Amino acid sequence: MAELTYRDAVARGIAQEMARDEDVVFLGEDIAKAGGVFKATVGLLEQFGPLRVRDTPISEQAILGAAMGAAMTGLKPIAEIMFADFLAVCYDYVANEIPKARYMTNGQVKCPLVIRFGGGGGLRFGAQHSQCVENWCMQFPGLKVVSPSSPVDVVGLMAAAVRDPDPVMFMEHKGLYATKGEVPDGEIVDTLGTAKILRQGTDCTIIALGMMVHRALAAAERLAAEFGISAEVVDVRSLVPIDTQTILGSVAKTGRVFTVEENPRVLGWGAEIVSIIADEAFYDLDGPPIRITSPHIPLPAADLLEDMVIPSVDRVVETIRRALTS
Amino acid sequence: MARQTQARKNGAAKTAPRNDILLDAYRDMLMIRRFEERAGQLYGMGLIGGFCHLYIGQEAIAVGMQQAARPGDQIITAYRDHGHMLAAGIDPKVVMAELTGRSAGISRGKGGSMHMFSVEKGFFGGHGIVGAQVSLGTGLGFSNKYNDNGNVSFTYCGDGAINQGQVYESFNMAELWKLPVVYVIENNQYAMGTSVERSSSEVELYKRGLSFNIPGEQVDGMDVVAVREAAIKAVEHARTKGPIILEMKTYRYRGHSMSDPAKYRSRDEVDEVRTKRDPIDHLKALLEKEGMADEASLKEIDTEVKRIVAEAAEFARTAPEPDPAELYTDVYLEA
Repeated sequence: MAELTYRDAVARGIAQEMARDEDVVFLGEDIAKAGGVFKATVGLLEQFGPLRVRDTPISEQAILGAAMGAAMTGLKPIAEIMFADFLAVCYDYVANEIPKARYMTNGQVKCPLVIRFGGGGGLRFGAQHSQCVENWCMQFPGLKVVSPSSPVDVVGLMAAAVRDPDPVMFMEHKGLYATKGEVPDGEIVDTLGTAKILRQGTDCTIIALGMMVHRALAAAERLAAEFGISAEVVDVRSLVPIDTQTILGSVAKTGRVFTVEENPRVLGWGAEIVSIIADEAFYDLDGPPIRITSPHIPLPAADLLEDMVIPSVDRVVETIRRALTS
Repeated sequence: MARQTQARKNGAAKTAPRNDILLDAYRDMLMIRRFEERAGQLYGMGLIGGFCHLYIGQEAIAVGMQQAARPGDQIITAYRDHGHMLAAGIDPKVVMAELTGRSAGISRGKGGSMHMFSVEKGFFGGHGIVGAQVSLGTGLGFSNKYNDNGNVSFTYCGDGAINQGQVYESFNMAELWKLPVVYVIENNQYAMGTSVERSSSEVELYKRGLSFNIPGEQVDGMDVVAVREAAIKAVEHARTKGPIILEMKTYRYRGHSMSDPAKYRSRDEVDEVRTKRDPIDHLKALLEKEGMADEASLKEIDTEVKRIVAEAAEFARTAPEPDPAELYTDVYLEA
């Protein structure tokens, strides 16, 4: 067991898979010699060499095109699109090419690749380098979408993503790269499509993803200490496929649901989950599901403003307290 | 083609006797012509829906290039893909049945005219987004280089796609990494309804790789012999040195798609090419002039091709509709 940062876990997860399978290649901007713009891929070039760990030109479309072409012919590429926002630069490959290959070819062509990218705010990068873009990825049948919140999940979900026979969008949260957690020694392989209950509770369910998981946990502690409210916290982890069993099980137990989403409100991932709950568990509910999200505005850069936008621990606590005690 | 030609079967196109090679080319080009004519008819009868982009006029390119390919090489193109599929040796029946949306289609009706693949024949589509296939074809080259398998990616695009941005990202990457890719620009003079002169600041498209140090060559795409010779040299370059561009000067006789009346050009312009530069007529004249075939033997090929196409059309017309249960298969790998 070792304590690793989330950023070191990225390199560990990739290294674990590259050491296991020579078909795994890793390409992206500044990932090799520079060790990644977030220093999340340090050491991989030295360990696996320039043929398998490749710095690319700043050409997002060419990166994903190369990754898909390679995946169609038997390789298992991991492609980094540095900032999540840049997915928009190569969206054709995310939207039209990669997810549809298996279907349009009657299963002849497979795209076992991973696209990893750093998303999320809190770092004062402004509107074009801070977005949470899960919903840009979730809407395309054929893609899987995961986002780990802890170092151990980074390693395990990376392994699961690389080994998956279908394309996986792997969103890391930039605000978590410096966070630490215990990671067991040896090979770690997690399972896509599984949520985790990180805190047991009986009064309400808080469903969160990425950095919001940490805020949900902090909020749950305060709700218990200050208001005697027992909140269960579910880390969704995998948006496609989604672990409805765990989510609905928690809702059945608590009767109240809150989502904590960093994305702008319209069409955020929580809307999809709330819709599933409405369909499947309406009569388990003791009150309306409530979504705690960023407002529908671009993310501002100034610290004061950015902190007002992204759901804070205070906002989560206050929203839940008001809903459950009024 | 339904019948694999001798030269191709041996994987020895370069060394087969000249008249075998040219007769193969004649048969293959005629097959594409007749297939596309029949597809146009089926479209007119309402048996083919959606888009249908015919390859008529451009046959010498797919066929001449294919004669330089060896097993393991890959082919990738855009939505005008029927001709490339036939040239790659895919059964006309399963191509036509995909056009008519039947369960026997190569994608069981889930691909359609623009999205057909045959991994077995090294044909990687069939892509609907203009230019996207250029980056994917570059990725095929990446895979070949990584695996050091000696294979070459034949990556096709049109004079329209050549003005898309991802093409240049991939040119740069391909030369930087010396990837084995032959980029074939099929310059049929019109990007949908806009001529090259009206859409391109540099109309000599073979020059489009020069700033990346990718050599380019202009080829008469209406002459299958010229295409084949250029292809053999280009493939050798790609295998040993890296990417290369061939600009094929060609012409499409039909509209951009079946729904395009082609009002942006004159009837005279089309007739001029049809009567003076037709790739099949050109090869036929050469075969007769050099005594490689007589009227009777060419007639025999015509008859055989017509029969194969008629069978494909009948197959595509009568094959069962897709099973609705197929709707939900192959979205992800079935657990």
